[in-house]
Amino acid sequence: MNSVHDMGGMHGMGAIQYEKNEPVFPEPWEARVFALNRAVRAWSKWTGDASRHAVELIPAPEYLRMSYYEQRLHALVELMVKSGLVTRAEVESGKLAPGSPKATPALVASDVPGMVAKGKPATREVPVPARFTVGQQVRARNLHPTGHTRLPRYVRGKPGTIYLDHGVHVFPDTNAHSLGENPQHLYSVRFAARDLWGDQASARTAVYLDLWDDYLEHA
Amino acid sequence: MREAKQDHSHQAVPSDLALRVKALESLLVEKGLVDPAALDALIDTYEHKIGPRNGARVVARAWVDPAYQERLLSDATAAIAELGYTGGQGEHMIVVANGPKVHNLVVCTLCSCYPWPVLGLPPVWYKSAPYRSRAVIDPRGVLREFGLELSEDVEIRVWDSTAEVRYLVLPERPTASEKLSEEQLAVLVTRDAMVGVAKVELPQTGASL
Repeated sequence: MNSVHDMGGMHGMGAIQYEKNEPVFPEPWEARVFALNRAVRAWSKWTGDASRHAVELIPAPEYLRMSYYEQRLHALVELMVKSGLVTRAEVESGKLAPGSPKATPALVASDVPGMVAKGKPATREVPVPARFTVGQQVRARNLHPTGHTRLPRYVRGKPGTIYLDHGVHVFPDTNAHSLGENPQHLYSVRFAARDLWGDQASARTAVYLDLWDDYLEHA
Repeated sequence: MREAKQDHSHQAVPSDLALRVKALESLLVEKGLVDPAALDALIDTYEHKIGPRNGARVVARAWVDPAYQERLLSDATAAIAELGYTGGQGEHMIVVANGPKVHNLVVCTLCSCYPWPVLGLPPVWYKSAPYRSRAVIDPRGVLREFGLELSEDVEIRVWDSTAEVRYLVLPERPTASEKLSEEQLAVLVTRDAMVGVAKVELPQTGASL
């Protein structure tokens, strides 16, 4: 979706605010939001792509106003309500719905080291042919899906070159919407800065994006 | 680049946010959906166990061991796993090497993708709109904001982390560092250098390592 999270190339966002020796979690509640997100994800009620999309669905003015972990809190609540883990009335009142069953946590403390060290690979061992080869000239398709996509606006319609083939990866545009993993080749695609930004850009600069087969067409 | 205020007031945190999070956590614990000890363990992991010291060890090893550097640049996920760093947000790693005429910079314009096993969780500036918006259109200007002036003949490669592949910059080893051990080199390697917004510098003469 063409919302404000897709901000590559925008002006007007101000100076970079750098803090020396910034703590990992500047506020204790931010640490709790981070951990709640990871722990609830262990229920496997939604994908990581759906989590990203839930953040993108925050209305643009709110997205810009909220701090990072406030956005994640908002997205977590929306996903938990949508998936039925909690009801909105429970979140708003802070009280259990009458007759609510007591679950057993999907993630306990002793599971944490293993979960952290293992991760969740996005590659799939399926024989999907690659549509493009390294060195080939391509063009990013001019797509404007209203759902989740990882094809930023600033490369749509622009010519690039396949730099690497990362193999077969889960496709976020379908995976975010429970429409299947649709695994396909993912490539690192090199875009010359001048093809993206015109002659004002340096001829010695390039931007590399990881883009799936379905985002690309022959140049 | 501006120094952020230490009181974090720039985040415009509503005063009730901490209370809302506390209420949500209580609800989820009461429903049996989360284990508070698991939350503590997750926080402890990313506050104390996983952070840029991991990446610094990878970089220092690559500087002193050419065979390791070769493995790191050809199969970063496996080479990083050799040092014991694996897992979430580092399942598919690529390491990109800086040189005298090439400088690499990592960003995630769409959200906050970052190589957790080697760098920990990203700092606020990396996740914020000013960096995300301008790193791809004006990398030289962004680097200048970080105090890094590159000469015009240096090629800049910006890596926008749009998928599940995560990028780590292998900075240039500082000149005149030949006498330093791997451990001493690791101390010099900063998070910022591994994102590509800084170079690795030798300490000022007289400073202890």
